[in-house]
Order: sequence, then structure tokens, then C-alpha cells
Amino acid sequence: MGRKVGIEVSIAAAEAVGLCDVDVVAAYPITPQTHVVEHLSELCATGELDAEFVPVESEHSAMSVCCGSAAAGARTFTATAAQGLALMSEIVFIASSMRLPIVMFLANRALSSPLSIWNDHSDTMMVRDSGWIQVFCENGQEVYDAIFHSFRVAEDPQVSLPVMINVDGFNLTHVIEPIEFWTKEMAQKYIPPFKPLYRLDPDKVVSMGAFGMPEIYAEAKMSQDQALWNSYPIIKQAWDELAVLTGRKYSPVELYKTEGAETLIVGMGTICETASLAVDKMREQGEKVGLVKLRLWRPLPIDDIKNALAGAKNLLVLDRAVSFGAANAPVTTEIQSIMYHEKDRPNIYNVVAGLGGRDVTPEDIIKMLEAALANKNQGYNIYGVRG
Amino acid sequence: MTKSMEQISWQEIEAGGVITEPGNASCYHTGTWRSQKPKYDENACIRCWRCYVMCPDAAISPDLENNIFVWNYDYCKGCGICAYECPAKAIVMEED
Repeated sequence: MGRKVGIEVSIAAAEAVGLCDVDVVAAYPITPQTHVVEHLSELCATGELDAEFVPVESEHSAMSVCCGSAAAGARTFTATAAQGLALMSEIVFIASSMRLPIVMFLANRALSSPLSIWNDHSDTMMVRDSGWIQVFCENGQEVYDAIFHSFRVAEDPQVSLPVMINVDGFNLTHVIEPIEFWTKEMAQKYIPPFKPLYRLDPDKVVSMGAFGMPEIYAEAKMSQDQALWNSYPIIKQAWDELAVLTGRKYSPVELYKTEGAETLIVGMGTICETASLAVDKMREQGEKVGLVKLRLWRPLPIDDIKNALAGAKNLLVLDRAVSFGAANAPVTTEIQSIMYHEKDRPNIYNVVAGLGGRDVTPEDIIKMLEAALANKNQGYNIYGVRG
Repeated sequence: MTKSMEQISWQEIEAGGVITEPGNASCYHTGTWRSQKPKYDENACIRCWRCYVMCPDAAISPDLENNIFVWNYDYCKGCGICAYECPAKAIVMEED
């Protein structure tokens, strides 16, 4: 077992990427992802990490380099946030469609405008339909472990898809936490050498990224969708094996004090840590409240969500992004869609909170829950908005 | 020979749409797009080879035995570049 270190989460994530023996890092620095890229650049400069660090001129180029690199059979990493993801979004869709196993650290940050460098989930929701595997993290150890898990899953020949690790900007990227490090031996044991399904090879020529006529496009998309669904058992298996190696058990959907709960809070990312404190307080007061944390967002773990929410009378779904002009915010839309066909449908309340770095405290979560249950408003509310 | 795309099921698509037999674009007969067809007058033709060079689909080839040019209508899209480029007006576009 590795040593336990007090370290900034971004630096720890970069160290994890180093332990994964990455071949190519192509990234453009952008707040609040900067420390990840800076540290990887340092590791390459000092020779600690034998990787090609490509200082690209934009995020569009970063993702383009990543596609070329993964297509050539190199283990590939990038990191970005908000506007950076927006700029690379054209290629983000191409990476998944071409089944290129790139790993991305996304420091979740609000999209402009107004210009904001602070946290929400509007960036990742922008590309939620891009076909990437998307996972969320609640604390530094989860981020650190997710790096190894993501390379393992992405490069599995049965998956061969890119993975996006969602890390709440500042709330998580810039905090210093005690993190138990892996050893090189653990990483090598956990992540086998990258053997791509196809690669750019002059001795065995293939064409990648070819034209698709109307006669073949739908079949290509069906194949891509199935590939994403088929990644689910591999994602779970990789978490199970990670548990054997580290003693830390991760699941697509995780439960906190849900036994006998009539009301469940559903969320993703760091807001779950805050919500768990709110649940503690409410449980102390005898209220039957629990918390359901979504770790895996794509592919959506539908059956796990159904099982987790079965029996609850009320759901408070916390979203950290607005889907402008939609029936509800993204997570709630999915939860409603999943629960619609269930025999005992819960009341579902949607609160959008923590936009653009607005603080959310445990007291806020209690207030949200009280307001939702009192007003019975089935549409979405942006919590704490003045006026 | 690669399967034509109308016959490929989603299960048969290679991961990421990779084409393992490059050059399979030849399976697709773009000649079906044609609305106009080049008509070639071998008596007016001065054998300058300009049509052969300019054809973007390589659909024109020389028949050296008969000293004429021939069009492959499986791939000729009827774009009219050969007729436009011909200095002897030996090629004219007609409704197909």
C-alpha cells in the first residue's frame, strides 16, 4: 500500500497520471485546471515522466492532438475546464465516435457569460450527449483513484472509449486533502499495457474517421451507443478490482443513510459531501432522510438508480446546471424519465444550486428540502436567487 | 471485396467506423448522382489529355488502342469540368 500524503487534489491527480505511464499529454492551461497541467509539465521537464508534453495553442488543438495520439496507440491524457471544453467540443464528439480511449480531467467550471472561473456543471452538461464515459468525484481520494480507473476502463478493448473525470473547480481542485498514494507496482498491476483495437500503422493500413453516407450513419451511431452501454460492466468490474487493490469500494450509485428514508436527496460531485452533513443533522432530529450519490453519469446506471430510489416518497434532486427552457435541469430530467414507469412514483423536486461558484452549505440543503416539500413545486427552482 | 454499405448491420461496423480495407469508396458508384452526361466527339478531339488530367473523379481514361478517351459512368458525376476545360469543344454536356 502506498503512502498517505497531504496534497492539493490537482497535484495528486497529475502524480496519478504520471504513475499511469502516460505517453502523451496535450493540454492548454485554463483556470481551475491549471495546476494539473503545470505539474505534468514539470514532471516531463524533470524527466520523472517519460511522456511527450505538447504545449498546444488552443483546446481545439489539444483534443485534436489527443485524437491523433490515441489513434497512434499512445496512452493519452488531457485536462480542461469550461471555455476550454467549449472550444474543444467539436473534437470531443469525434474522440468518442472514433472510439479513442483518451482520459480527460475536467475541472468543472461555469460557462461564460457572465465570465466566471468558479464551479458548476454547465461545462460537462454541454457535452453530456457526446458519448464519453462521465464520472463524478466527491473528494480528493476519489479523484486520485479515478485517474487509474479511467485509464483502465478507457483502454479496455471491450470499451475503447474516452473517459471524462468531473472534478468540481476550486471546491475540489484546489483543496488540500490527505490522499493515499498508489505505488508504481499497483498502477502497473491494475492497468495493462495499451493495446488499441486499431492503430495508425504503415504496415497494417486502416482508414479512420471516414465519410459516412446516410445509408451507414444510423448503423454507426447504433454501434457507438451500444459501445457506451456495454462499458457499464467493465466500469463496475474495474471498480471491484480497485477495491481489492486499495480497500476503497466505488459504485455507479452510492447510498448514504438511506435505510428507511422517505425522502432522498440525489446529487453529483462535491455537493454530496455537503448534503451528507445535512442528512446527518436531519437524521439527528429524527427525520427519515437519506442521500443518493451518482458517481456514474454516462452511461447512466438506470437499474442502480431505480433500486436506490425504490420506496422513497420524495426526491430532492440537486442540479448544478440550468438547461435553459427545458422541463427540468439535466439530472432531474433523467431521474423523472427513469421513475415515470415505476409503479410507486415519488414526488420529484428539482433545485438548481451552486451556480457559478455560489456557496452551498448543509443549512442551505435543509432549507431547499423544507421549501421543496412545502411548496410542492414540480418545476425547477434556482436556489437562493434574489428578487 | 468489401460489403456494400446498404448490407452492413450495426453489429458489423468496425469500432469507431474504422475501415480495415482502405479504398472501399470504389464500392460506392457516385455516377448515380449524375444529371448531365458528357458527350465526346472523337473527330473534334485534339488528344491534348486535358480532360483526363482535370477529371476530379479519375473517371476518364485513354483507350490507347483506339486512340480515344472513354468515360467510366459508374463514377462520372456529370460535373462538366471536362466539357468546360476542352479547348476543342469536343465534349458537350447533355441531359442524362
